Amino acid sequence: MKPAPFAYAAATSVEHALELLDQEEARPLAGGQSLVPMLNFRLARPELLVDLNPLGELAGLRVSDGRLEIGAMTRQAALLRSDVVAAGWPLLTQAVALVGHAAIRNRGTVGGSVAHADPAAELPVALSALDAGLRLRSRGGTRTLALGEFLRGALSTALEPGELLTGIEVPPAPPRARMAFVEHARTHGDFALAGAAVVFAPGRHAALALLGAAPVPVRATAAERALVAGADAAEAARLAVAGLQDDYRRALLGTLVRRALERVGA
Amino acid sequence: MNISVQINGDRYQGEVEPRTLLSDFIRHQANLTGTHVGCEHGVCGACTVQLDGQPVRSCLMLAVQADGRSLRTVEGLAAPDAELSPLQRAFSEHHALQCGFCTAGFLISADALLARGGALTEAEIREELAGNLCRCTGYEGIVAAVLEVARAESPEA
Repeated sequence: MKPAPFAYAAATSVEHALELLDQEEARPLAGGQSLVPMLNFRLARPELLVDLNPLGELAGLRVSDGRLEIGAMTRQAALLRSDVVAAGWPLLTQAVALVGHAAIRNRGTVGGSVAHADPAAELPVALSALDAGLRLRSRGGTRTLALGEFLRGALSTALEPGELLTGIEVPPAPPRARMAFVEHARTHGDFALAGAAVVFAPGRHAALALLGAAPVPVRATAAERALVAGADAAEAARLAVAGLQDDYRRALLGTLVRRALERVGA
Repeated sequence: MNISVQINGDRYQGEVEPRTLLSDFIRHQANLTGTHVGCEHGVCGACTVQLDGQPVRSCLMLAVQADGRSLRTVEGLAAPDAELSPLQRAFSEHHALQCGFCTAGFLISADALLARGGALTEAEIREELAGNLCRCTGYEGIVAAVLEVARAESPEA
């Protein structure tokens, strides 16, 4: 339960971090709430850890042109406490309240949760329903990917060696959209078995992202179209999980989707 | 790597490997063994300490990351003359511990919660303490102890 040896470097700037990360077997260390357990179990054995915690420039929430910009090193606790987020993107507030526990959220970061790509993580599912974009930076330049392009599978992302997730951009939600995040976990604060994130403006907009339907968040596009056309919660929930093979997962996810939709008045 | 960490107001200096966990630095180099180590992967909460006032898992931080920072551990709760804090007294009175292994983590988490001030409901206390596991008490005494201190500090609640 102790990590294997590694070298450690505290980054002094994003440029410095990118320089350090541009080598074999180097990994960025964000909040460490997933990576350090993996080090302790020796499931991860990097040669070099590049600590991003000193980089204040990567932490913080900002609204510009109605878009929410979340620095990758923003603590989950800061996201949970933000009045701006609660007012404009309450889906994120609801989702992050379900991430781990208070002591985990005090260290855990929003960017770390996305880049770790755990299939049971709440934040990527909420960000999927909000059509978030991810800003990646390397020594060669920057690019922005949609969440669906970024997440490749369980613990797998489109990040190239030497590339760092620096921020997340969330577009403004449609006016008067209602949002709900519902999940089922076996114990409080545990990773969820299944969950649903919904953004709904009757007759205009519906986004429904599923947790637990696949190793990455899945957008239930058929159910979304039906919701905009006026389908009720039960019908949309049936459509959302119709493709799932496993009986238990289909029943559980169907119930959670229906509850989420009922909560937003669908 | 040489680090210097403020713990309960005292400065502790030491030579650590990059892989040294903060929990091990606290116990083995600062010799503050009140902080307990349970699961070492962030699930049990026994090793919770306050980092600049915020509860964090000391098993999920590297000691080098605490260089220059300020920590509070269970040893910092009682007064210098060893008089127990109101929270510690309430734990004793409500039988909020049996074997005591989890107690330091609960005290540190509850202390940070109470320090935020304001009225606390039983549900809020249970939510905040959900990250700490206790296998003896069934939590009733722990919640009762924190609730009693919260009510004494915010009588209007």
